[in-house]
Amino acid sequence: MSGVPAAPDRPAGRPAIVILREAASKYGLIAVLAALPLYLAILDLTNDGDLSKLGNNIVAGLSNGAIYALIALGYTLVYGIIELINFAHGEVFMIGSFVAFGLWGTLGLGLATGPLVLVFGLLATLLITMVVCGVMNVMIEQVAYKPLRSAPKLAPLITAVGMSFILQNVGILWLGASPASVADLIHAQQDVVTVVGVTVHRADVLAIVVTIPLVLALTTFISRSRLGKAMRATAQDPDAARLMGINVNTTISLTFLLGGALAGAAGLINLLYQTSVWYFQGFEAGLIAFTAAVMGGIGNLKGAVLGGLIIGCIQQISDYRIGADWTPAVVFAYLILIMVFRPQGLIGEVTREAG
Amino acid sequence: MTAVRNRLGSHFNLVAAIAGLAIAAIIPMFLDPLSSITDNAITAGAYVVMALGLNIVVGFAGLLDLGYVAFFAFGAYTTAWFASLQFAPANHSKGIHILAGEFASKLPGLHFNFLIILVLAIVITGIAGMLIGLPTLRLRGDYIAIVTLAFGEIIYRFAVNGDAIHLAKGYPLTGGRQAIAPLDSIDLPGLPAFDDASNLRPFFWFVLVLVALVLFVNFRLRESRLGRAWIAMREDEVAAASMGIPLVKTKLLAYATGAAFGGISGAFLASYQSAVNADQFQFGVSIFILAMIIMGGLGSIWGVVFGAVVLSFINTYFIPNVLNSIPSHLGLDFDLTQVSFGIFGFLILIVMVLRPQGLFPERRRKIELTEGIGADEGLAEERP
Repeated sequence: MSGVPAAPDRPAGRPAIVILREAASKYGLIAVLAALPLYLAILDLTNDGDLSKLGNNIVAGLSNGAIYALIALGYTLVYGIIELINFAHGEVFMIGSFVAFGLWGTLGLGLATGPLVLVFGLLATLLITMVVCGVMNVMIEQVAYKPLRSAPKLAPLITAVGMSFILQNVGILWLGASPASVADLIHAQQDVVTVVGVTVHRADVLAIVVTIPLVLALTTFISRSRLGKAMRATAQDPDAARLMGINVNTTISLTFLLGGALAGAAGLINLLYQTSVWYFQGFEAGLIAFTAAVMGGIGNLKGAVLGGLIIGCIQQISDYRIGADWTPAVVFAYLILIMVFRPQGLIGEVTREAG
Repeated sequence: MTAVRNRLGSHFNLVAAIAGLAIAAIIPMFLDPLSSITDNAITAGAYVVMALGLNIVVGFAGLLDLGYVAFFAFGAYTTAWFASLQFAPANHSKGIHILAGEFASKLPGLHFNFLIILVLAIVITGIAGMLIGLPTLRLRGDYIAIVTLAFGEIIYRFAVNGDAIHLAKGYPLTGGRQAIAPLDSIDLPGLPAFDDASNLRPFFWFVLVLVALVLFVNFRLRESRLGRAWIAMREDEVAAASMGIPLVKTKLLAYATGAAFGGISGAFLASYQSAVNADQFQFGVSIFILAMIIMGGLGSIWGVVFGAVVLSFINTYFIPNVLNSIPSHLGLDFDLTQVSFGIFGFLILIVMVLRPQGLFPERRRKIELTEGIGADEGLAEERP
């Protein structure tokens, strides 16, 4: 806001510094993102003579990123419509994992279950988890955000943080404070195919196969259906939308429902993928997914998916090359760099927040 | 209360502070020298200092800082670096001593007098506050919150992995999850060395002096040109800028001042607990401090003091000692201490939804929070 308004385009005689600055803001983020993999690729080529190590990281990163993409969509949907960082969203994802884990017990899914029953059982788990998490997200909105809709914007952010802590502690009471391992129902680490030294595991296939239809369904819903149109209208201008006869409150609730449902799906995939649950998984994944949403341009659905995939790769590369202990610091460093230098993200528009 | 306040006029805060501190100073005389109440009160005092610091950033200047624990960490590590065996090889294993206590001056490593450490902590955290504040200058609102949170987490990661980072051979940055311990106790010139094994009272009086100092600075700052600039900036940044308030300088000073208080508190707590380990600096602590100032009332100095004392006692006394048996009475099998952060989260939520201005609101802030957009008009009428 305090910055100088962009100078009108003067094709002739622009000083080099302006051209340089524009190029930096346009391609700087991409350059920063590409630097790490490029460096490692050169390192691999000189040491091993092939890129299979990096390739494996990227495959695992993409499938991990699919989970982040699902969570990031929830952040971006909510931010797009009420400009709130739903800090408790990561915890909805965590509760999704917990619910799915509980459902396996109820449905009797275990290592001895036959493949057909397993598929139907997991589909049922997916549906129920999505519904539970969606409804929970709507309830969170009703309790913590709706009463504060006319308050200063920091107020709902603070309640969101409070909500996040409440849900984390629900998780502690549910399954204890240390990570619990769960049955590896789909034999997640079994190889499916190996191409030029790059192995695709079952978990990778699962993450992609569940994520793609969900993302397609969501984008179709938002771009085609009447309710989706109402959502887009509310995001653009809530007051005008209300004048046009759109029930803004219902639309906001619907947004939370969709976001929560996607987080629930991500929770189940994560459970199958990592074969463990932990009350703290939501906090970490939530912040990583938020980084993904910002990276793609918050409020932008495609951006969230793209950001999720990229951040998944960064996370995997950092896990294996720098050390898992440092991964959060690496991701947060990216978050700060993006927020400061390109707050509109890769493909987002300039928002008011971004100044 | 209001009548008393009116009669005392501008002296109300001074009288209240002196009376409150004097009463507090006498209480430990009636308790055992090693009483756990004194112990809890010392911790509470340190939290008051920390909360008053965060209150400058969040309450006065309106910059939501979710990474305040970073300054606690910087302060604590200042003590850990300059009053321990951490850098044992220094000066050919003979150590460097500046006005160190009798016992400490024979040990290897760096051993500075605690007053010097306090000054160092203020300088280090002040600079850290500015550096962390710098990238947020262009941002507003919730983006600031996330960037500060990210910084807090990065600092935490450095604390956790710091045992693997060597500044030079034999100079690890931190102890990681292993505590850096023992740290020198406070040894002031002219007074006997503080000893937490025999008498906690000196620590309590010391923290009271810190609280008094910080309170004084807080009140003076709030009425100063800078303080009014912070409040103006919180209420409307654009209007403040157009009235000639230099936003960059004003914001950075808010970060630096708030951070310095966190550093003072961190340095003191580290010295009192005689150990610093990385897991003290988790995100939850930032929220704990935030809960204190929200409960008391954002921007209200007395409210923040109240919130800090109450939440600190809830954390160190009521949850582990009084309320902890409730779950088992209800037939549930868990420790209430496990979910203490959940309880604080719940408090934040309840206070923010039901009484966003806090229990003891500051007048101006209350108008802002309860009237939303109409705050500006309300303010104009209230001004004399």
